[in-house]
Amino acid sequence: MPSGRVVITGMGLVTPLGHEVDSVWRRLLAGESGIGPVSRFPGATFRTNFAGEVRGYDPADFVDMAAHANAGLNTQFALGACAQAWDQAGLRHFDGFNQRRVGLYLGSGEGSLDYDNFVATNLTSWDETTRSVDHVAWARASLERMTAASETQQEPNAALAHLAAQFGVRGPAFNCMTACAASTQAIGEAGELIRHGDADVMIAGGSHSMIHPLGMTGFIRLTAMSTRCDEPARAARPFDRTRDGFVMGEGAGIVILEDLDHALARGAMPLVELVGYGSSADAFRITDMHPEGLGPMRAMAGALRQADIDPRSQRNGRPPVDYISAHGTGTTENDAIETAAIKALFGPSARRVPISSVKCMIGHLIQAAGAVELITCVQAIRTGRIPPTINLNQPDPECDLDYVPHVARDLTDTGGVEVCLSNSFGFGGQNDTLCVRRYRD
Amino acid sequence: MGRSVVITGLGVVSAYGLGMDALWEGLCSGTSALSRIESFDAGGFPAKLGGEAPGVRARDCVPKSYRKAVKVMARDTEIAVVAASLAVEDAALVTRVAQNGPTTYPGERLGCHIGAGLISAETQELTQALVTARDSEDQTKVDWRVWGESGMNNLPPLWLLKYLPNMPACHVTILHGAEGPSNTITCSEASGLLSIGESARVIERGAADACFSGGAESRINNMGLIRMHLAGWLAETGDETDGGRVVRPYDPDSAGGLLGEGGGIVILEEKTQAVARGARIYAEISGFGAGQSDPACGEEVDLGLLGAIESALGDAGVVPGEIDAIVPRALGSPAEDALEARVLAAVFGAALERIPLVTIVPNIGNCLAGAGSLAAAVGARCLHEQKLPARIHAGTPGFGLIAGSCAPRGATLRRVLVCTSALGGQNAAVVLGSVS
Repeated sequence: MPSGRVVITGMGLVTPLGHEVDSVWRRLLAGESGIGPVSRFPGATFRTNFAGEVRGYDPADFVDMAAHANAGLNTQFALGACAQAWDQAGLRHFDGFNQRRVGLYLGSGEGSLDYDNFVATNLTSWDETTRSVDHVAWARASLERMTAASETQQEPNAALAHLAAQFGVRGPAFNCMTACAASTQAIGEAGELIRHGDADVMIAGGSHSMIHPLGMTGFIRLTAMSTRCDEPARAARPFDRTRDGFVMGEGAGIVILEDLDHALARGAMPLVELVGYGSSADAFRITDMHPEGLGPMRAMAGALRQADIDPRSQRNGRPPVDYISAHGTGTTENDAIETAAIKALFGPSARRVPISSVKCMIGHLIQAAGAVELITCVQAIRTGRIPPTINLNQPDPECDLDYVPHVARDLTDTGGVEVCLSNSFGFGGQNDTLCVRRYRD
Repeated sequence: MGRSVVITGLGVVSAYGLGMDALWEGLCSGTSALSRIESFDAGGFPAKLGGEAPGVRARDCVPKSYRKAVKVMARDTEIAVVAASLAVEDAALVTRVAQNGPTTYPGERLGCHIGAGLISAETQELTQALVTARDSEDQTKVDWRVWGESGMNNLPPLWLLKYLPNMPACHVTILHGAEGPSNTITCSEASGLLSIGESARVIERGAADACFSGGAESRINNMGLIRMHLAGWLAETGDETDGGRVVRPYDPDSAGGLLGEGGGIVILEEKTQAVARGARIYAEISGFGAGQSDPACGEEVDLGLLGAIESALGDAGVVPGEIDAIVPRALGSPAEDALEARVLAAVFGAALERIPLVTIVPNIGNCLAGAGSLAAAVGARCLHEQKLPARIHAGTPGFGLIAGSCAPRGATLRRVLVCTSALGGQNAAVVLGSVS
């Protein structure tokens, strides 16, 4: 029988600020930036030519890559992050689990194209006289150039198979793609599978890289990214009046979720309890958020309801939530609307809730963003410290809450951090919020 | 007592055309809808046959004010939008798209789980932009510097939006005002059934009262055909023109599978509310299960599919012998079919000698993210009609399975199992129960 309580027993990170939770956390608290010029392809002339790249990462530091020879970047990030989480949860040397009771729920992105062969196939089948693709020539070229190994790895469910093989799990397995909300949603739904009794343990999170020519192109055409090419490290400015778009990042965040009784029975230490998950859809417009932020508000309200927390209540004279890891993309629209939604939900005490967005330091990891940001909430609870929002120099009258500007905040003298919310709002209107709380018996 | 979940609407787009009646009548006719691919010249690919869905026009399903948005819908999204409209109509739901009077459910109680695949960029649209940045030295390469300066401006500003996998769900939520939990599961053939399972869990736990649920996909395009060919899943069709002769489920001599375009979106509702509004109930979601295979380990019996089916049976509280029919994946790809047959034998044992299979790939092709929910819609219709459709099989199925050619026939059906594996190793199973 499931206990009805879900705890996090392990976590792992691969980010532009490092490949291990403790060192990434130190750098986030120090307000460092992992953003710089794009080095992965010749992108100097792109209107946005900088991003938060993962550097110096070798998945072989975490797993034997012999069985993952063709793994794409998403899978490589996911393998490293999952190995960290798996080890922290004490599962590496635990052989008592039923592999059918361990599942996977990822918000992993599509793999990047096999550019050389994809581009060559398209260009060589172009008929200049008709200005159209000759489909028979295209088929011939693709049959010559493209390979199963490379094409299969681009499928969005590719990481699941690698993780299943590596960690020996055969339970329920899902991958979702709800853009920037994906890994938050993955963790939320994974927790619900455990609550329902579908699994005892779930590997959950996300991985993604869109730092490739057409990935960057898509967001440049949408004018969604910052164009401050002269100062990359200062470009991501969530909640600042001069913000001009998000900055692309890449990486992975993975957590191990576990039924509380299952964790305790095998002697695992719960890091925090996952107490709430809320999900909603804007159902408004394909390109815009609802101006009142109804969707984000419902996601946050849903997470708090499941956690049995009244947003208007007080705890020891403080608001009922100690930290909100904002979606905080640094786009004009998101930050103002997210602020409005937080104010509408929490009322007057909204001003007293510390809020920050680590996207200013590591960029927007798209599908992986939510999982990485949830891990910052776990760290906030464990250490009593809150990471800052850097680059916030000119406050926006529409963003008038406490965004922890420039400097990390230490709450250890005032009782530490008990409850956190982590927000993710996807392009396309899917909104998700998770609520984590300090674990108590 | 927990909350139960029922199917009250079937919205289907398949190679037989629009609507569940078209699919059902097609299946009962015993003739395949798989034929020469006509939307573009597919003559260069080994698989020249497929199941293209006729008459898919999202424009006909949206209010005038939304017509502009149809331009940024990929084919997959159009299929989902049409299937969702058909489902709403079939369930006699009133949603926001009607724009007159109160809706059946408030927006925040209406969820949406529509599975999707990797939606490939249209080759023509992308290539006409890429050629403007062709490398001057090597004609097979793009000079990304030129692309950054000017080439990319040949793509429309909303280019990326057309291809995000959550766009089917995005448009459906907007059109029908579904403001509740919403997800886009991308697990190839398992996407549709995993979505139905997730919707059912969402309704059971009270996070919504009704959901759009299922999936849609079209891979009948350049990238789709090459990828599925490279995966080894498609037949070489040569001069054959009838796909029903090519796809032979569980036949060791089958040439392979074929692709179809399709979408299956069902309306799931909490049972007491469906009953209270007098909805027609096709079937109950009695059980759901999922599992992950290890494609590399070559297990005799695949634990992923086995686990999914056993979990679904356990969730439904039934033993294998209580299943009256099975709608499996039945791809017509010998290796995949053998794996599936071994699992069915492991779960059902001797009972398989009397449990008929319902196979739909010889009729409409493998619809990938749309496949599982199309199969579920067929299973629900079987329960509602107390009838099994005809089966097409141009050869002899092996493994002792009841999968050979036969005519439609009446049957006493209390429970139907719908199950699938997926390219990539995910598996899902749903037990549908009769409500009468």
